[in-house]
Amino acid sequence: MNGLTSFFQTTGEILRLFLESIYWSKSAWRSRDKVFMQMMEIGNNTLPVAALISLFIGGVLALQSGPQLAQFGIEENIGGIVGLSMVKELGPVMASILVTGRVGSAMTAEIGSMSVYDEIDALRTMDINPVRFLVMPRFLASFLTLPFLVIYMDIIGWFGGAVVSAVNPDIHVSFSVYYRNLSELVDFSDVVNGLVKAMVFGIVVSVVCCYVGLKTKGGPREIGTSVTKAVVLSFILILIFDYYITRLLMLVGLD
Amino acid sequence: MAIRTEEKESVATSKPLFKYREARPVGVRIVNLNKSFGDNHVLRDLNLEILPGETLVILGKSGSGKSVLLRHIVGLEKPDSGKILINGEDINEARSKRKYVIAMVFQSSALFNSLTVEENVALYLREHGIVKDEDAIKKIVGSVLSVVGLEGKEKVMPSELSGGMKKRVAIARALAMNPDLILFDEPTAELDPMMTRTIGDVIKNLRRHFEVTQVVVTHDVDLAFYIADRIAVLSDGKIVEVGTPEEVRKSENPVVKGFINTRFE
Ligand SMILES: Nc1ncnc2c1ncn2[C@@H]1O[C@H](COP(=O)(O)OP(=O)(O)OP(=O)(O)O)[C@@H](O)[C@H]1O
Ligand SMILES: [Mg+2]
Repeated sequence: MNGLTSFFQTTGEILRLFLESIYWSKSAWRSRDKVFMQMMEIGNNTLPVAALISLFIGGVLALQSGPQLAQFGIEENIGGIVGLSMVKELGPVMASILVTGRVGSAMTAEIGSMSVYDEIDALRTMDINPVRFLVMPRFLASFLTLPFLVIYMDIIGWFGGAVVSAVNPDIHVSFSVYYRNLSELVDFSDVVNGLVKAMVFGIVVSVVCCYVGLKTKGGPREIGTSVTKAVVLSFILILIFDYYITRLLMLVGLD
Repeated sequence: MAIRTEEKESVATSKPLFKYREARPVGVRIVNLNKSFGDNHVLRDLNLEILPGETLVILGKSGSGKSVLLRHIVGLEKPDSGKILINGEDINEARSKRKYVIAMVFQSSALFNSLTVEENVALYLREHGIVKDEDAIKKIVGSVLSVVGLEGKEKVMPSELSGGMKKRVAIARALAMNPDLILFDEPTAELDPMMTRTIGDVIKNLRRHFEVTQVVVTHDVDLAFYIADRIAVLSDGKIVEVGTPEEVRKSENPVVKGFINTRFE
């Protein structure tokens, strides 16, 4: 099959899996235990690392822009700069990259090995829809959990920026100045902007990772290949979607 | 070689079984079935009649298309052409209306590795809300596990089981569905002779407890003659012989003779 048709076929199939996941969300209540377990899994696997990386992201944001601002004597704006970058871009993007690496890869591995060892076929022979049984709980959990993870990372990132701004002699902005500026510059709409991205990325990661898992054929080696494929594809799509959501939110005035 | 003690447990029980439905064994008619994968024409105008309530064994060489045939009967593959009729109805039409239950025991057992034995066996009942009462589910699980000689293994994870035990859990999982038709794909492949005998007994004795049509795919000639009411021989994508074990043993067809007489002397 040539590249272009296979590209359209894959896109179509991913879209279809997305729509099926939405459709099967009607049985979410019946699967609430599974959704909840997936949410716990996302939390357990990401919260410690998320804290660490967002602390450093906030720190490096302050470190990069703080001294520059200080040269022009406008270093008190550092709070807003770190705050906005974190909320609108780095929070959602880093959170979803983290979720891809720690949770999405596990989704692909788990569902991929179920495909390889006939477990998906076994589900089908028992009239159990694999999308309802496997994909929907992961889809909902990612979609619901990512916004919270982003808020958590935003808050820690802000704090990282505050510490660096206060401690670094080239910046030297106190906590109270930092946070006052941050609360002046970061609007509710900026937070919503970031959370919309988080939800979309949550959908992208879960659908892509489950899709690649379901498509896995062959043996153990193919499971590994699938995981790599799913992670790379998720990263690419996160960044592409990031651009288009930003454009879209600008058009509707939510920027 | 030491035989694991837990695998020697007897398989036959005469306790009454707890069931959620009365099964009615179905008949299957396969008409001019064709299936190709690319250039590989696996099933070629295959015709076969499976009678309600019998144990039919399909014998065939490795790669002859036995698994592909079973996957068509259970609806995992769609035919390129031809029909599969169950109780006279085409299975690929009005799938949602069908009133019969088909269970399949996969060559790889295909247990759900993240679920315990009990959860594996009860999955069908729980997911479809067929049996609401947890006590009733426990009874069903307990009774099908006893049929396969695995009493008390409810809480064990599949990863802790030997290959033969996995096969038996897979059989128990199929039985819990109380199917009208049960398909076994190579139930004894990769098992030692003792375990092959145990599984053979499980399959042979199932019809003491269950009203069911059984189709067993295998390349084990001894097993075939041990459990079959009728044997069908699959070769070159066609059924080349079908009949009772005596009839097949007397067959003049060179393919059949070659297949059933290939032994170490
Ligand atoms: N999904 C598939 N895609 C492509 N080819 C397939 C597929 N499934 C089966 N085949 C081919 O069909 C042929 C028959 O395969 P099948 O698995 O039915 O053999 P079998 O009789 O069950 O063998 P075994 O005893 O080794 O299990 C093989 O040549 C196999 O390569
Ligand atoms: Mg096979």
